[in-house]
Amino acid sequence: MKWERKDLLGIKDLSGEEISLILDTAESFLEVSTRDIKKVPTLRGKTIINFFVEASTRTRTSFEIAGKRLSADTINISASTSSLVKGETLADTARNLEAMNPDVIVIRHSCAGAPHMLARLVRQSIINAGDGAHEHPTQALLDMMTIRSRKGTLSGLNVTIVGDIAHSRVARSNIYGLNKMGAHLTVAGPATMMPRDIRELGVKVSFRLEEALQDADVVMMLRIQTEREQRSVFPSLREYSAFYCLNGDNIQRARPDVLVMHPGPVNRGVEISPEIADGANSVILEQVTNGVAVRMALLYLLTGAIE
Amino acid sequence: MQKKLVMDAAEIDRSLTRIAYEILEKNKGVTDLVLVGIRTGGVFLAERLQKKIFDIEGVKVPSCILDITMYRDDLLSAHRKPRIMKTEIPFSLDKKKAILVDDVLFTGRTIRAAMDALIDFGRPQSIQLAVLIDRGHRELPIRADFVGANLPSFLWEEISVNLIEKNGRDEVVVEDSN
Repeated sequence: MKWERKDLLGIKDLSGEEISLILDTAESFLEVSTRDIKKVPTLRGKTIINFFVEASTRTRTSFEIAGKRLSADTINISASTSSLVKGETLADTARNLEAMNPDVIVIRHSCAGAPHMLARLVRQSIINAGDGAHEHPTQALLDMMTIRSRKGTLSGLNVTIVGDIAHSRVARSNIYGLNKMGAHLTVAGPATMMPRDIRELGVKVSFRLEEALQDADVVMMLRIQTEREQRSVFPSLREYSAFYCLNGDNIQRARPDVLVMHPGPVNRGVEISPEIADGANSVILEQVTNGVAVRMALLYLLTGAIE
Repeated sequence: MQKKLVMDAAEIDRSLTRIAYEILEKNKGVTDLVLVGIRTGGVFLAERLQKKIFDIEGVKVPSCILDITMYRDDLLSAHRKPRIMKTEIPFSLDKKKAILVDDVLFTGRTIRAAMDALIDFGRPQSIQLAVLIDRGHRELPIRADFVGANLPSFLWEEISVNLIEKNGRDEVVVEDSN
Protein backbone atom coordinates (compact mmCIF):
# COMPACT_ATOMS: atom_id res chain seq x y z
CA MET A 1 0.00 0.00 0.00
CA LYS A 2 1.52 3.29 -1.11
CA TRP A 3 0.40 6.73 -0.03
CA GLU A 4 0.96 9.33 -2.74
CA ARG A 5 -1.56 12.04 -1.90
CA LYS A 6 -0.62 15.65 -1.27
CA ASP A 7 -4.04 16.64 0.06
CA LEU A 8 -6.95 15.21 1.95
CA LEU A 9 -10.00 16.84 0.43
CA GLY A 10 -12.70 14.24 0.97
CA ILE A 11 -13.47 10.60 1.60
CA LYS A 12 -15.15 10.21 -1.78
CA ASP A 13 -11.89 9.84 -3.69
CA LEU A 14 -10.07 7.65 -1.13
CA SER A 15 -9.76 3.92 -1.67
CA GLY A 16 -10.63 1.39 1.02
CA GLU A 17 -6.92 0.60 1.29
CA GLU A 18 -6.05 4.24 1.87
CA ILE A 19 -8.71 4.48 4.57
CA SER A 20 -7.28 1.38 6.26
CA LEU A 21 -3.76 2.82 6.13
CA ILE A 22 -4.95 6.04 7.77
CA LEU A 23 -6.77 4.10 10.50
CA ASP A 24 -3.79 1.78 11.13
CA THR A 25 -1.44 4.75 11.35
CA ALA A 26 -3.85 6.55 13.69
CA GLU A 27 -3.98 3.52 15.99
CA SER A 28 -0.19 3.64 16.24
CA PHE A 29 -0.29 7.32 17.15
CA LEU A 30 -3.02 6.84 19.78
CA GLU A 31 -0.47 5.72 22.35
CA VAL A 32 1.46 9.01 22.22
CA SER A 33 -1.47 10.85 23.84
CA THR A 34 -1.47 8.44 26.81
CA ARG A 35 2.15 9.11 27.77
CA ASP A 36 3.37 11.44 30.49
CA ILE A 37 5.46 13.19 27.82
CA LYS A 38 2.92 13.65 25.04
CA LYS A 39 5.32 14.64 22.31
CA VAL A 40 7.36 12.89 19.63
CA PRO A 41 9.88 14.59 17.31
CA THR A 42 8.34 13.24 14.09
CA LEU A 43 7.37 16.53 12.42
CA ARG A 44 10.05 18.75 13.91
CA GLY A 45 10.54 21.83 11.74
CA LYS A 46 7.21 21.52 9.94
CA THR A 47 4.69 24.35 10.05
CA ILE A 48 0.94 23.81 10.06
CA ILE A 49 -1.57 26.61 9.56
CA ASN A 50 -5.08 26.04 10.86
CA PHE A 51 -7.18 28.36 8.76
CA PHE A 52 -10.72 28.30 10.14
CA VAL A 53 -13.08 30.57 8.27
CA GLU A 54 -16.01 28.96 10.08
CA ALA A 55 -16.40 28.52 13.84
CA SER A 56 -14.94 25.44 15.51
CA THR A 57 -13.52 24.46 18.86
CA ARG A 58 -13.26 20.69 18.68
CA THR A 59 -11.76 20.28 15.24
CA ARG A 60 -9.42 23.25 15.49
CA THR A 61 -8.16 22.26 18.94
CA SER A 62 -7.79 18.68 17.78
CA PHE A 63 -5.64 19.68 14.78
CA GLU A 64 -3.59 22.00 16.94
CA ILE A 65 -2.95 19.33 19.57
CA ALA A 66 -2.17 16.77 16.86
CA GLY A 67 0.42 19.07 15.30
CA LYS A 68 1.98 19.97 18.64
CA ARG A 69 2.24 16.34 19.76
CA LEU A 70 4.23 15.69 16.58
CA SER A 71 6.51 18.69 17.35
CA ALA A 72 5.27 20.74 14.40
CA ASP A 73 4.66 24.46 14.81
CA THR A 74 0.96 25.24 14.58
CA ILE A 75 -0.59 28.61 13.86
CA ASN A 76 -4.31 29.34 14.07
CA ILE A 77 -6.12 31.88 11.95
CA SER A 78 -9.83 32.47 12.33
CA ALA A 79 -12.04 34.45 9.98
CA SER A 80 -12.79 37.26 12.41
CA THR A 81 -9.10 38.02 12.97
CA SER A 82 -7.97 37.52 9.37
CA SER A 83 -7.76 39.95 6.46
CA LEU A 84 -10.88 38.38 5.00
CA VAL A 85 -12.79 40.94 7.06
CA LYS A 86 -10.89 43.66 5.19
CA GLY A 87 -12.16 42.27 1.93
CA GLU A 88 -9.19 40.14 0.85
CA THR A 89 -10.25 37.21 -1.31
CA LEU A 90 -9.70 33.67 -0.10
CA ALA A 91 -7.30 33.06 -2.98
CA ASP A 92 -5.17 36.07 -2.07
CA THR A 93 -5.09 35.10 1.59
CA ALA A 94 -4.03 31.60 0.56
CA ARG A 95 -1.24 32.88 -1.71
CA ASN A 96 0.06 35.03 1.13
CA LEU A 97 0.02 32.08 3.49
CA GLU A 98 1.80 30.03 0.85
CA ALA A 99 4.52 32.69 0.61
CA MET A 100 5.37 32.07 4.27
CA ASN A 101 6.21 28.44 3.45
CA PRO A 102 4.07 26.37 5.74
CA ASP A 103 3.91 22.62 5.05
CA VAL A 104 0.23 21.96 5.67
CA ILE A 105 -2.81 24.22 5.56
CA VAL A 106 -5.89 22.94 7.34
CA ILE A 107 -8.97 24.77 6.17
CA ARG A 108 -12.58 24.96 7.25
CA HIS A 109 -14.89 27.05 5.12
CA SER A 110 -18.63 27.48 4.79
CA CYS A 111 -18.39 27.11 1.00
CA ALA A 112 -18.23 23.62 -0.44
CA GLY A 113 -15.13 23.22 -2.60
CA ALA A 114 -13.02 25.91 -0.90
CA PRO A 115 -10.30 23.37 0.11
CA HIS A 116 -10.28 21.98 -3.45
CA MET A 117 -9.67 25.45 -4.84
CA LEU A 118 -6.79 26.00 -2.41
CA ALA A 119 -5.29 22.62 -3.29
CA ARG A 120 -5.07 23.69 -6.93
CA LEU A 121 -3.76 27.10 -6.02
CA VAL A 122 -0.96 26.42 -3.55
CA ARG A 123 1.77 23.81 -3.39
CA GLN A 124 1.24 22.97 0.29
CA SER A 125 -0.78 20.03 1.53
CA ILE A 126 -4.40 20.96 2.14
CA ILE A 127 -6.59 19.19 4.67
CA ASN A 128 -10.32 19.76 4.49
CA ALA A 129 -11.60 20.34 8.02
CA GLY A 130 -15.17 20.77 6.76
CA ASP A 131 -16.41 22.57 3.65
CA GLY A 132 -20.01 23.73 3.76
CA ALA A 133 -22.47 20.85 3.51
CA HIS A 134 -20.02 18.86 1.38
CA GLU A 135 -17.46 16.79 3.34
CA HIS A 136 -15.79 16.54 6.72
CA PRO A 137 -13.29 13.77 6.04
CA THR A 138 -11.38 13.80 9.33
CA GLN A 139 -14.64 13.40 11.26
CA ALA A 140 -15.61 10.36 9.18
CA LEU A 141 -12.14 8.87 9.67
CA LEU A 142 -12.27 9.26 13.45
CA ASP A 143 -15.78 7.79 13.42
CA MET A 144 -14.58 4.78 11.43
CA MET A 145 -11.59 4.42 13.72
CA THR A 146 -13.87 4.41 16.78
CA ILE A 147 -16.20 1.81 15.28
CA ARG A 148 -13.35 -0.39 14.07
CA SER A 149 -11.58 -0.34 17.43
CA ARG A 150 -14.80 -1.28 19.26
CA LYS A 151 -16.22 -3.79 16.79
CA GLY A 152 -13.01 -5.12 15.26
CA THR A 153 -14.23 -4.43 11.74
CA LEU A 154 -16.44 -2.13 9.70
CA SER A 155 -17.53 -4.70 7.19
CA GLY A 156 -21.05 -6.08 7.61
CA LEU A 157 -22.08 -3.73 10.41
CA ASN A 158 -25.50 -2.06 10.41
CA VAL A 159 -24.87 1.65 10.77
CA THR A 160 -27.74 4.10 11.14
CA ILE A 161 -27.24 7.84 10.66
CA VAL A 162 -30.04 10.08 11.93
CA GLY A 163 -30.72 13.77 11.40
CA ASP A 164 -30.29 16.42 8.75
CA ILE A 165 -28.69 14.22 6.11
CA ALA A 166 -29.04 16.85 3.38
CA HIS A 167 -26.99 19.51 5.13
CA SER A 168 -24.58 17.28 7.02
CA ARG A 169 -21.02 17.01 5.77
CA VAL A 170 -20.43 14.50 8.55
CA ALA A 171 -23.14 12.24 7.14
CA ARG A 172 -21.89 12.58 3.57
CA SER A 173 -18.27 11.72 4.44
CA ASN A 174 -19.37 8.82 6.63
CA ILE A 175 -21.64 7.45 3.90
CA TYR A 176 -18.78 7.49 1.38
CA GLY A 177 -16.35 5.93 3.84
CA LEU A 178 -18.54 3.30 5.47
CA ASN A 179 -19.85 2.18 2.09
CA LYS A 180 -16.31 1.59 0.86
CA MET A 181 -15.54 -0.38 4.01
CA GLY A 182 -18.53 -2.68 3.54
CA ALA A 183 -20.95 -1.46 6.20
CA HIS A 184 -24.73 -1.55 5.66
CA LEU A 185 -26.04 1.98 5.93
CA THR A 186 -29.45 3.33 6.85
CA VAL A 187 -30.18 7.02 7.04
CA ALA A 188 -33.19 8.46 8.85
CA GLY A 189 -34.76 11.85 9.29
CA PRO A 190 -37.67 13.97 8.15
CA ALA A 191 -38.24 14.04 4.38
CA THR A 192 -37.31 17.73 4.35
CA MET A 193 -33.83 16.75 5.55
CA MET A 194 -33.16 14.09 2.92
CA PRO A 195 -31.12 15.04 -0.12
CA ARG A 196 -32.84 14.29 -3.41
CA ASP A 197 -30.06 11.99 -4.60
CA ILE A 198 -29.82 10.04 -1.35
CA ARG A 199 -30.60 6.60 -2.79
CA GLU A 200 -27.79 6.98 -5.32
CA LEU A 201 -25.37 7.02 -2.39
CA GLY A 202 -26.13 3.37 -1.69
CA VAL A 203 -28.04 3.67 1.57
CA LYS A 204 -31.42 2.59 2.87
CA VAL A 205 -33.70 5.50 3.65
CA SER A 206 -36.19 5.61 6.47
CA PHE A 207 -38.41 8.36 7.77
CA ARG A 208 -39.11 6.64 11.07
CA LEU A 209 -36.44 6.47 13.74
CA GLU A 210 -37.82 3.26 15.31
CA GLU A 211 -37.62 1.47 11.99
CA ALA A 212 -34.12 2.74 11.25
CA LEU A 213 -32.82 1.61 14.64
CA GLN A 214 -33.84 -2.02 14.15
CA ASP A 215 -30.76 -4.26 14.70
CA ALA A 216 -28.34 -1.35 14.44
CA ASP A 217 -24.74 -2.03 15.51
CA VAL A 218 -23.93 1.66 15.41
CA VAL A 219 -26.13 4.73 15.56
CA MET A 220 -24.78 8.15 14.69
CA MET A 221 -26.93 11.06 15.77
CA LEU A 222 -26.30 14.28 13.88
CA ARG A 223 -26.50 17.66 15.48
CA ILE A 224 -29.50 19.75 14.56
CA GLN A 225 -27.70 22.75 13.16
CA THR A 226 -29.78 25.46 14.74
CA GLU A 227 -27.59 28.09 13.06
CA ARG A 228 -28.46 26.67 9.64
CA GLU A 229 -32.05 25.62 10.25
CA GLN A 230 -33.65 29.02 9.86
CA ARG A 231 -35.54 27.63 6.87
CA SER A 232 -38.66 25.72 7.75
CA VAL A 233 -37.49 22.13 7.53
CA PHE A 234 -39.41 21.16 10.66
CA PRO A 235 -42.10 22.96 12.64
CA SER A 236 -40.27 23.19 15.96
CA LEU A 237 -37.36 21.70 17.85
CA ARG A 238 -39.88 20.11 20.16
CA GLU A 239 -41.61 18.34 17.32
CA TYR A 240 -38.29 17.20 15.83
CA SER A 241 -37.26 15.80 19.15
CA ALA A 242 -40.61 14.02 19.63
CA PHE A 243 -39.94 12.02 16.45
CA TYR A 244 -36.17 11.80 16.13
CA CYS A 245 -34.58 12.01 19.57
CA LEU A 246 -32.61 8.92 20.53
CA ASN A 247 -33.81 7.87 23.98
CA GLY A 248 -33.96 4.97 26.41
CA ASP A 249 -37.06 3.52 24.72
CA ASN A 250 -36.30 3.57 21.01
CA ILE A 251 -32.71 2.45 21.52
CA GLN A 252 -34.07 -0.94 22.66
CA ARG A 253 -34.66 -1.78 19.00
CA ALA A 254 -30.94 -1.62 18.28
CA ARG A 255 -28.51 -4.42 19.16
CA PRO A 256 -27.73 -4.51 22.91
CA ASP A 257 -24.09 -3.62 22.23
CA VAL A 258 -24.97 -0.72 19.92
CA LEU A 259 -22.44 2.11 19.78
CA VAL A 260 -23.96 5.54 20.22
CA MET A 261 -22.03 8.23 18.40
CA HIS A 262 -22.33 11.97 17.92
CA PRO A 263 -19.91 14.36 16.18
CA GLY A 264 -20.63 17.11 18.70
CA PRO A 265 -21.53 19.63 19.85
CA VAL A 266 -24.49 17.80 21.39
CA ASN A 267 -27.90 19.46 21.72
CA ARG A 268 -29.00 17.55 24.80
CA GLY A 269 -32.66 16.63 24.65
CA VAL A 270 -33.00 17.58 20.96
CA GLU A 271 -31.38 14.78 18.94
CA ILE A 272 -30.20 12.69 21.87
CA SER A 273 -31.42 12.38 25.44
CA PRO A 274 -28.85 13.10 28.17
CA GLU A 275 -29.02 9.59 29.67
CA ILE A 276 -28.14 8.06 26.29
CA ALA A 277 -25.42 10.63 25.51
CA ASP A 278 -23.78 9.78 28.84
CA GLY A 279 -24.84 6.10 28.90
CA ALA A 280 -22.81 2.91 28.73
CA ASN A 281 -23.22 2.59 24.96
CA SER A 282 -21.98 6.08 24.24
CA VAL A 283 -18.52 6.47 22.67
CA ILE A 284 -18.88 10.19 22.06
CA LEU A 285 -15.78 11.18 24.03
CA GLU A 286 -13.78 8.28 22.60
CA GLN A 287 -14.49 9.82 19.19
CA VAL A 288 -12.82 13.01 20.37
CA THR A 289 -9.77 11.14 21.68
CA ASN A 290 -9.44 9.21 18.42
CA GLY A 291 -9.80 12.47 16.50
CA VAL A 292 -6.39 13.65 17.69
CA ALA A 293 -4.80 10.35 16.57
CA VAL A 294 -6.47 10.49 13.14
CA ARG A 295 -5.20 14.02 12.60
CA MET A 296 -1.69 13.05 13.71
CA ALA A 297 -1.80 10.21 11.18
CA LEU A 298 -2.89 12.53 8.37
CA LEU A 299 -0.26 15.14 9.17
CA TYR A 300 2.35 12.38 9.08
CA LEU A 301 1.06 10.82 5.86
CA LEU A 302 0.61 14.09 3.99
CA THR A 303 4.08 15.42 4.74
CA GLY A 304 5.83 12.68 2.76
CA ALA A 305 5.02 9.66 0.69
CA ILE A 306 4.78 6.28 2.39
CA GLU A 307 6.31 3.15 0.98
CA MET B 1 22.65 -13.19 -6.33
CA GLN B 2 24.96 -14.98 -3.91
CA LYS B 3 23.55 -16.14 -0.62
CA LYS B 4 25.73 -17.30 2.23
CA LEU B 5 24.47 -18.92 5.42
CA VAL B 6 26.39 -17.48 8.36
CA MET B 7 24.34 -18.75 11.30
CA ASP B 8 21.97 -21.70 11.52
CA ALA B 9 19.15 -22.33 13.98
CA ALA B 10 21.35 -24.07 16.58
CA GLU B 11 23.92 -21.29 16.47
CA ILE B 12 21.28 -18.61 16.90
CA ASP B 13 19.86 -20.49 19.87
CA ARG B 14 23.26 -20.90 21.53
CA SER B 15 24.04 -17.21 21.05
CA LEU B 16 20.76 -16.23 22.68
CA THR B 17 21.41 -18.60 25.59
CA ARG B 18 24.80 -17.00 26.16
CA ILE B 19 23.35 -13.48 25.90
CA ALA B 20 20.69 -14.39 28.47
CA TYR B 21 23.39 -15.54 30.90
CA GLU B 22 25.48 -12.44 30.21
CA ILE B 23 22.53 -10.14 30.88
CA LEU B 24 21.89 -11.86 34.20
CA GLU B 25 25.57 -11.83 35.10
CA LYS B 26 26.08 -8.16 34.33
CA ASN B 27 22.88 -7.09 36.10
CA LYS B 28 23.31 -9.50 39.04
CA GLY B 29 19.93 -11.13 38.47
CA VAL B 30 16.54 -10.02 37.19
CA THR B 31 15.74 -7.14 39.53
CA ASP B 32 14.42 -4.09 37.60
CA LEU B 33 15.17 -5.71 34.22
CA VAL B 34 12.91 -4.86 31.30
CA LEU B 35 13.35 -6.19 27.76
CA VAL B 36 12.52 -3.77 24.95
CA GLY B 37 12.23 -5.35 21.50
CA ILE B 38 12.73 -3.03 18.55
CA ARG B 39 10.30 -3.69 15.71
CA THR B 40 10.29 -5.99 13.91
CA GLY B 41 13.13 -8.49 14.40
CA GLY B 42 13.97 -7.34 17.91
CA VAL B 43 10.49 -8.11 19.18
CA PHE B 44 10.84 -11.86 18.60
CA LEU B 45 14.39 -11.92 19.97
CA ALA B 46 13.22 -10.11 23.12
CA GLU B 47 10.50 -12.75 23.58
CA ARG B 48 13.08 -15.52 23.20
CA LEU B 49 15.42 -13.88 25.71
CA GLN B 50 12.48 -13.54 28.09
CA LYS B 51 11.91 -17.30 27.82
CA LYS B 52 15.60 -18.10 28.28
CA ILE B 53 15.84 -15.88 31.35
CA PHE B 54 12.75 -17.60 32.74
CA ASP B 55 14.37 -21.01 32.18
CA ILE B 56 17.45 -19.88 34.11
CA GLU B 57 15.98 -17.78 36.94
CA GLY B 58 12.33 -18.83 37.03
CA VAL B 59 11.23 -15.20 36.66
CA LYS B 60 9.34 -13.70 33.73
CA VAL B 61 10.91 -10.29 33.20
CA PRO B 62 8.61 -7.74 31.52
CA SER B 63 8.99 -7.39 27.77
CA CYS B 64 7.63 -4.62 25.58
CA ILE B 65 7.65 -3.41 21.99
CA LEU B 66 9.15 -0.24 20.57
CA ASP B 67 8.60 1.17 17.10
CA ILE B 68 11.24 3.82 16.51
CA THR B 69 9.78 5.34 13.32
CA MET B 70 8.52 8.51 15.04
CA TYR B 71 12.08 9.17 16.23
CA ARG B 72 14.00 8.50 13.01
CA ASP B 73 16.47 11.17 11.92
CA ASP B 74 15.78 10.75 8.21
CA LEU B 75 12.03 11.45 8.19
CA LEU B 76 12.39 14.94 6.78
CA SER B 77 14.95 14.08 4.14
CA ALA B 78 13.64 10.69 3.08
CA HIS B 79 11.58 10.76 -0.04
CA ARG B 80 9.49 7.91 1.25
CA LYS B 81 8.53 7.48 4.87
CA PRO B 82 8.00 4.17 6.60
CA ARG B 83 4.68 3.11 8.05
CA ILE B 84 4.25 3.78 11.73
CA MET B 85 3.60 0.64 13.74
CA LYS B 86 2.43 0.34 17.33
CA THR B 87 4.65 0.94 20.33
CA GLU B 88 3.47 -1.10 23.31
CA ILE B 89 5.15 -0.02 26.52
CA PRO B 90 2.37 -0.45 29.06
CA PHE B 91 4.48 0.42 32.12
CA SER B 92 6.83 3.19 33.23
CA LEU B 93 10.53 2.67 32.58
CA ASP B 94 11.46 4.90 35.52
CA LYS B 95 14.43 3.42 37.42
CA LYS B 96 14.37 0.25 35.28
CA LYS B 97 17.32 -1.40 33.60
CA ALA B 98 16.13 -1.41 30.00
CA ILE B 99 17.70 -3.96 27.66
CA LEU B 100 17.16 -2.86 24.06
CA VAL B 101 17.01 -5.87 21.76
CA ASP B 102 17.56 -5.73 18.01
CA ASP B 103 18.54 -8.20 15.33
CA VAL B 104 21.29 -6.31 13.49
CA LEU B 105 23.45 -3.43 14.73
CA PHE B 106 24.61 -1.40 11.73
CA THR B 107 24.92 2.42 11.60
CA GLY B 108 23.61 2.85 15.16
CA ARG B 109 20.94 5.31 14.04
CA THR B 110 18.09 3.00 15.03
CA ILE B 111 19.56 2.67 18.51
CA ARG B 112 19.95 6.45 18.84
CA ALA B 113 16.26 6.80 17.96
CA ALA B 114 15.34 4.00 20.38
CA MET B 115 17.20 5.66 23.26
CA ASP B 116 15.42 8.95 22.63
CA ALA B 117 12.10 7.12 22.58
CA LEU B 118 12.79 5.20 25.81
CA ILE B 119 13.64 8.36 27.71
CA ASP B 120 10.18 9.70 26.82
CA PHE B 121 8.73 6.77 28.79
CA GLY B 122 10.49 7.65 32.03
CA ARG B 123 14.07 7.80 33.23
CA PRO B 124 15.60 4.34 33.13
CA GLN B 125 18.40 3.52 35.56
CA SER B 126 20.37 2.26 32.56
CA ILE B 127 19.91 1.37 28.91
CA GLN B 128 21.84 -1.62 27.59
CA LEU B 129 21.93 -3.05 24.11
CA ALA B 130 21.69 -6.68 23.02
CA VAL B 131 21.97 -7.60 19.32
CA LEU B 132 22.20 -10.88 17.48
CA ILE B 133 24.54 -9.53 14.77
CA ASP B 134 26.98 -6.62 14.83
CA ARG B 135 27.91 -5.93 11.23
CA GLY B 136 30.02 -2.79 11.81
CA HIS B 137 29.88 0.50 9.85
CA ARG B 138 28.82 2.64 12.80
CA GLU B 139 27.93 6.26 12.07
CA LEU B 140 27.33 7.18 15.71
CA PRO B 141 29.30 6.49 18.90
CA ILE B 142 27.24 3.45 19.90
CA ARG B 143 28.28 -0.07 20.83
CA ALA B 144 26.40 -3.14 21.99
CA ASP B 145 26.73 -4.63 25.49
CA PHE B 146 25.71 -8.12 24.36
CA VAL B 147 26.52 -9.47 20.88
CA GLY B 148 25.57 -12.80 19.35
CA ALA B 149 28.11 -12.66 16.54
CA ASN B 150 30.42 -10.05 15.06
CA LEU B 151 30.06 -10.16 11.32
CA PRO B 152 32.36 -7.74 9.51
CA SER B 153 30.58 -6.92 6.26
CA PHE B 154 30.79 -4.87 3.11
CA LEU B 155 28.36 -1.98 2.85
CA TRP B 156 26.71 -3.47 -0.23
CA GLU B 157 25.99 -6.75 1.48
CA GLU B 158 22.56 -7.36 2.90
CA ILE B 159 22.35 -9.25 6.17
CA SER B 160 19.00 -10.90 6.89
CA VAL B 161 18.05 -12.40 10.20
CA ASN B 162 15.26 -14.85 9.48
CA LEU B 163 13.27 -16.07 12.45
CA ILE B 164 10.59 -18.75 12.70
CA GLU B 165 8.10 -16.17 14.03
CA LYS B 166 8.79 -13.87 11.08
CA ASN B 167 9.57 -15.98 8.04
CA GLY B 168 9.36 -19.61 9.02
CA ARG B 169 12.96 -20.55 9.78
CA ASP B 170 15.91 -19.55 11.95
CA GLU B 171 18.99 -18.48 10.00
CA VAL B 172 21.24 -15.54 9.30
CA VAL B 173 22.19 -15.07 5.64
CA VAL B 174 24.43 -12.63 3.83
CA GLU B 175 23.46 -11.58 0.33
CA ASP B 176 25.56 -9.69 -2.14
CA SER B 177 23.15 -7.08 -3.46
CA ASN B 178 25.60 -5.91 -6.12
